[in-house]
Amino acid sequence: MALYEHVFISRQDLSTTQTEDLVNQYSKVLTDNGGKVVGTEYWGLRTLAYKINKNRKGHYSLIKSDSPPAAAQEMERLMKINEDIMRILTVKVEKHEDGPSIMLRSKNKSDDHSSESSEKTTEDRLN
Amino acid sequence: MMMNKTFFRRRKSCPFSHPSAPKIDYKDVKVLQRYISERGKIVPSRITAVSSSKQRELSLAIKRARVLALLPFAVN
Repeated sequence: MALYEHVFISRQDLSTTQTEDLVNQYSKVLTDNGGKVVGTEYWGLRTLAYKINKNRKGHYSLIKSDSPPAAAQEMERLMKINEDIMRILTVKVEKHEDGPSIMLRSKNKSDDHSSESSEKTTEDRLN
Repeated sequence: MMMNKTFFRRRKSCPFSHPSAPKIDYKDVKVLQRYISERGKIVPSRITAVSSSKQRELSLAIKRARVLALLPFAVN
């Protein structure tokens, strides 16, 4: 079955527990339609680069799934109906990256030093 | 017939083609930001010296990041 990455942004006046419920609710929809959820992530409340229907911030969540296209389409249809979700992006990927995505990695790395991907590029520029 | 020569003679190498290059990913805002202008537009590959296949991947990732409001469409 196809590997998908579903990223969706939910409105800022939801609490984090409500966004977790959203993620579980849609994971259940996926499993009901024969899909399998590989992993989910919560990137936190981020400020958006531009306002999406009057909201300046949004909760970002990611669902990594391995499901037939019908299950992904069904989940997207339900997400579009849900008013709390402002934006959806489903991307078909060849391989899920194991471990936390770049979003979480750079977040917990940024407090002590710059993330190692940017370190590598600075080293390249030096030598 | 004056050929409009670019300023520097030595062609810069593509920053994504050497083995330890960062992977192009629509979620990786830090890498993508280096390839958009301060107005938020995608910088052409003749300036950033990115190879054409990587430039296509890069522009797709930037467009996806814009949809997810990780990158602005335009900064005015």
